[in-house]
Amino acid sequence: MTTDTHDITVTVNGTPYRRQVESRLLLSDFLRHDLLLAGTHVGCEHGVCGACTVIFDGAPVRSCLMFAAQADGHAIETVEGLAPDREHLHPLQQAMHECHGLQCGYCTPGILMTMKVFLEENPAPDETQIREALSGNLCRCTGYQHIVEAVKLAAERMRR
Amino acid sequence: MKPAPFRYVAARTVEQALALKAEHGEDARFLAGGQSLVPTMNFRLTQPALLIDINPLAALAGVRNGAAERLRIGALTRYRTLEREAAIAAKLPLVQQALPHIAHPQIRNRGTIGGNLAHADPASEMPAIVVALGGRLRAQSAKGERWIAAADFFVGALTTALHPDEMLTEVELPVAPPRSGAAFLEVSRRRGDFALIGVACTVRLDEAGRCVEARIGLCNAGDAPVFAKAACDALVGRPLGAAEIGAAADLVQGAIDPGGSIHASKEFQRHLARVLTARALAAANERARQDYRP
Repeated sequence: MTTDTHDITVTVNGTPYRRQVESRLLLSDFLRHDLLLAGTHVGCEHGVCGACTVIFDGAPVRSCLMFAAQADGHAIETVEGLAPDREHLHPLQQAMHECHGLQCGYCTPGILMTMKVFLEENPAPDETQIREALSGNLCRCTGYQHIVEAVKLAAERMRR
Repeated sequence: MKPAPFRYVAARTVEQALALKAEHGEDARFLAGGQSLVPTMNFRLTQPALLIDINPLAALAGVRNGAAERLRIGALTRYRTLEREAAIAAKLPLVQQALPHIAHPQIRNRGTIGGNLAHADPASEMPAIVVALGGRLRAQSAKGERWIAAADFFVGALTTALHPDEMLTEVELPVAPPRSGAAFLEVSRRRGDFALIGVACTVRLDEAGRCVEARIGLCNAGDAPVFAKAACDALVGRPLGAAEIGAAADLVQGAIDPGGSIHASKEFQRHLARVLTARALAAANERARQDYRP
C-alpha cells in the first residue's frame, strides 16, 4: 500500500501552517512532531485521560482521537497560545501556579484548554460544575482539590 | 498506539460517501465523531483500508420535526449540540437527562448520535434510549433508503442491522406526550465511565393517574440494549404505587442476562438493574403526575 498523504492548512494559535501529512497521523502527533508544539501532551492515546485536549473550532476535544487530515481548514488553540505575552500568564495559568494546581504538570495543558472554554461559557461556576467540567481530565498527582481552587480563583479574577 | 495505514477521503456529498461505501463495503468505515472508532484504530483492533470522513456533510447534522409528534436527529449531530438544543429539553426529556452521563464534555463536543448508535456498544446510553422510546433509524445506501425499527437495529455487541453499503443518516424519536415523565439513571465506577447498569424509562398516565404506557430500556444488561417488555406490560392499567413499581423492578432483575465483569458481577448488575428501575420508575411517575400539559 502506498502512503496516503494530504496537503493541509491548519491555523494554530492564529498562525496558518501548510504541511503534507499522512492519513493516519493523529492530530496530537501532528502538533507535537510536525509543528513542534510539544505543550500538548499525549497520555493514553485512546481518549480517556484528556492530556491531549486542544480547542478545535472553539470546542475542547481530544487531539488523539482526530486525524491531522481532518484539521484542514480549521482553527486550533493549544496551550502555547494561552498566555497573552512572554511576561504574563493567562489568569488560569496564574491561578494554577498560585494554588499549586499542578505537581508533575503532565495533565496541565489539557486541563487549561478544557477550563478556558468552560469559564468562557460559565463565568461563575459552582464547585459541582467545575468538578463535572474537570471529569474528562485525569490528574494523578494533586487529588484535584488545588485544581478546583485554581479554577475558582481564575473565574473570580476573569469576572472583574 | 498508532493506527495502521489507511486511505482517507473527506466526503464532499452524501452521494459520494455512499458510492465509496458501496465500492469498498466492509473495508471502508465512516468517520463521524470518531470517539469510539479512533480508539479502536489506535489499538489496531479496527484496521479499515478506507476511512470516509463524513464530518464535512453538514446536511447530516441538526434536529428537525418529523411526522406526527416525532423529532428527527441527523446522524452527525454532536452531543454538545443536543445539550444546547431547546427542542431536546422540551420534547425529549429522556435524552436530555441522559446526555450528561455520556462520557465527558470533550467527548460530547465531538461525538455524534449516529456514530454512537452505529457503534452499537451495549453499555452505551443512547442505544438503550432509542430502544426504550421505540425510535426508528434511517439507513441510506447508493441504492436507496429504508427505516429500521430500533428493536431490529441492534443485533448484538457492536453489531447492527446495517448492510455493508449503508450509512445511518438519521434517527427519529417520538416526542414526550402530555402527562408523561422520563427518568434516566445509571451507576458507573467514575463519572463519565460506561454504565455498570443504566436504566432509561418513560411513564404515561391517564387523567386518573393510571399508567397507560411504560417503557423501560437498559444499557449493559446484555449483548444489546434491552427493552424490558414484561415489566412494561405489567405496569399498564394501574396507578404506580410502591408495590407495582417493585414488582416491575423484580421482573427486570429476573429478565436480564448481563455479561458480568471484574468490576461488577452478573448478580450485582441484576441487583443494580432492580434498584435503578424502581427509582427511575418512581421518578418518571412523579414527573408524569406533575405534567398537566393539554
